Amino acid sequence: MSETAYVQVLDLACGALLLTAVLVLWRRELTVIIRVFAVQGMALAMVVGVLAAHQRDIELGGVAVGVMVLRAVALPWLLRRALVAAGPAQSETRPLVNVAASLLAAAVLVLLAYAVSRPLVALAPSPATHAIPVGVAVVLIGFFVLVTRRHALSQIVGFLLLDNGITAVGFLTTIGVGLVVEVGVSLDVLLAVLVLQVLTSRMRAAFGATDLDELRELHD
Amino acid sequence: MTVLTTLLMLAPLAVPLLGALTYRTAGWRPATVWVSAVSAALVLAAAIALAVTVVGHGPRTALAGSVRADALSVFMLIVIGAVGLLATAATPAWLRGEITAGRATARTAARHSVLVQCFLAAMALAVLAANLGVVWVAIEATTIVTAFLVGQRRTKAAVEAAWKYVVICSTGIALALLGVLLLNYAASHGPRPAGLDWVRLLAAAPHLDPGVTRVAVALLILGFGTKAGLAPLHAWLPDAHGEAPAPVSALMSGVLLSVAFSVILRVKVIADAALGVGFARALLAVLAVASLLLAASLLIRQRDYKRMLAYSSIEHMGLLALGAAAGGPLALAAVLLHVLGHGLAKGTLFLSAGHVLHATRTSRIDQVRWLAARGPVLAGCLGFGVLALIGLPPFSIFASEVGIVRAGFATGIGWVTALALVFVLVIAAALIGHTSRMVLGTPDPVPDGPGAATAPVRLSISGAVPLVAGLLACAVLGVAAGPLATLLHLAAHTLTGTP
Repeated sequence: MSETAYVQVLDLACGALLLTAVLVLWRRELTVIIRVFAVQGMALAMVVGVLAAHQRDIELGGVAVGVMVLRAVALPWLLRRALVAAGPAQSETRPLVNVAASLLAAAVLVLLAYAVSRPLVALAPSPATHAIPVGVAVVLIGFFVLVTRRHALSQIVGFLLLDNGITAVGFLTTIGVGLVVEVGVSLDVLLAVLVLQVLTSRMRAAFGATDLDELRELHD
Repeated sequence: MTVLTTLLMLAPLAVPLLGALTYRTAGWRPATVWVSAVSAALVLAAAIALAVTVVGHGPRTALAGSVRADALSVFMLIVIGAVGLLATAATPAWLRGEITAGRATARTAARHSVLVQCFLAAMALAVLAANLGVVWVAIEATTIVTAFLVGQRRTKAAVEAAWKYVVICSTGIALALLGVLLLNYAASHGPRPAGLDWVRLLAAAPHLDPGVTRVAVALLILGFGTKAGLAPLHAWLPDAHGEAPAPVSALMSGVLLSVAFSVILRVKVIADAALGVGFARALLAVLAVASLLLAASLLIRQRDYKRMLAYSSIEHMGLLALGAAAGGPLALAAVLLHVLGHGLAKGTLFLSAGHVLHATRTSRIDQVRWLAARGPVLAGCLGFGVLALIGLPPFSIFASEVGIVRAGFATGIGWVTALALVFVLVIAAALIGHTSRMVLGTPDPVPDGPGAATAPVRLSISGAVPLVAGLLACAVLGVAAGPLATLLHLAAHTLTGTP
């Protein structure tokens, strides 16, 4: 792959990563949000795949396939299953912040991401590290989704956006952390989502809804 | 010699996993009731044997360097073993009560034990792993394992607590993962690429890029601070510790918080070498004051005794952060002593609270009165436990708090320490007030008759022994640390980067 093609594909994939994160803020239907999330998983796998092709790293190529399976197939499938179990009445989210304000917030968060990532890019400037701010922006947007959405499943999506962003930053630094850690991290994320999914069904059994507004048993 | 050391280092991981397997296959039956406690006792024994080796011969590694035991990890293993033994020894009596009350069955009891054993193994891995990435995986694994323990009762409150616990802790720890990745990034661009191995990171620390390391350290301290229950990301703690079954609360509050905190201590060593002491000190001092302020303000009018104990854990984590901010061998030795003292005292208190909850079926402070007459042993454990917690001699928390405060005044964070002292006094007054009303207060004439509020509270022998033993251990530790003192000083020197 030529250098220009590499940079273009990498930037395209990172652009898709950021765009999908913003789309999650924009749309309200959980079915659409889950589909967007799956697309983001694919974009992330593409980032890893491009890096693997550029570095001619077979192992990283394998990791890209793993990322694809976990984030574009397995996790969206789990979310969709939870959504089906929740029933049709549960498919609307009611964000605390309206769409226009959310999109403005996303713009501010992207600026913030570029501001805080300056030392990260400066350490080893390269096409890959120049995209680190995108990963950080996805982290911040994920955090924003997490704190402004009230539906349990939306919160899980927020958590997963955050995690996608962190994974993107990890790969864009182009420094591996070792296979044991990578597998361990993926397994932990998968298990955390499984636990959250079980908890949403228990929440439905206990509260009759998975709207987090219903959670008001515990306070001081 | 090396084979034996390797076995000793793997035992804290393998024995609890074998215990979990036993419960998985054999279930909860008379023959397996004490397996849990035996497993924790073996962890403690292995930790002590390992401590002797480490004190004599320095840090040991095993499995091609992926597992490493230095003075700090061995000390944390002793804490895990000791508090684990305390909690698991009290579990049979507690579970018998739950089964009698119809809130648990042999099946849920077996599942409880499987999860507790996995929990112990994950914590042991978190302190023994030589690689920061593996430490992260182990800490997140503790969240996953304990989620179902917190939500064990499946009541509204328990499900809500479990949800908050998993969401907030996973998010916090995800921030720490970002920190881990950035530290790895910084470490690979120095003159000596280091990876995530603790020892090599420390060796490479002076050459790390300050800009990236600053971001990484802030994320790591905030992220692992979430798991350690430090404000501002503490919101899960009172709910989870209040709703979890008593032995699990004892383990989570007594050990899990400090295991997460021990990672912060290690991160601080690297931060100090890379950025100078100022950065981590300022961050930890802010977290300490925020935690103490929060604990003080919410303890004054607390109505639930389990949540009271949970907020007190936030207070003690704040004190640990203060000690870490002060830095220096003496402060860090005091911090580690505080970890063990707090683990024993808080473990005992949560177990006592569990018995009170069984007997009175309420966790509200104003509905529990006159315990001293209804169950003198239990009331004694609760009363003396709280005295230990607020730092009265002879209990070891007195010695460690004095150490932390002295170090704080000596290292130029005097006004922070003075502020902390005020909060500690307020908290002590609040704890004494609430507990004395529970233990000595005369019952109000309640509508459901004097029978309910004055019924005797019986404590079986197997329920009482762990409580008394925990308090005695805390008191003995305060009078004479004995051979532990050598280990403490060695660990403190590991943590100041001067081996």
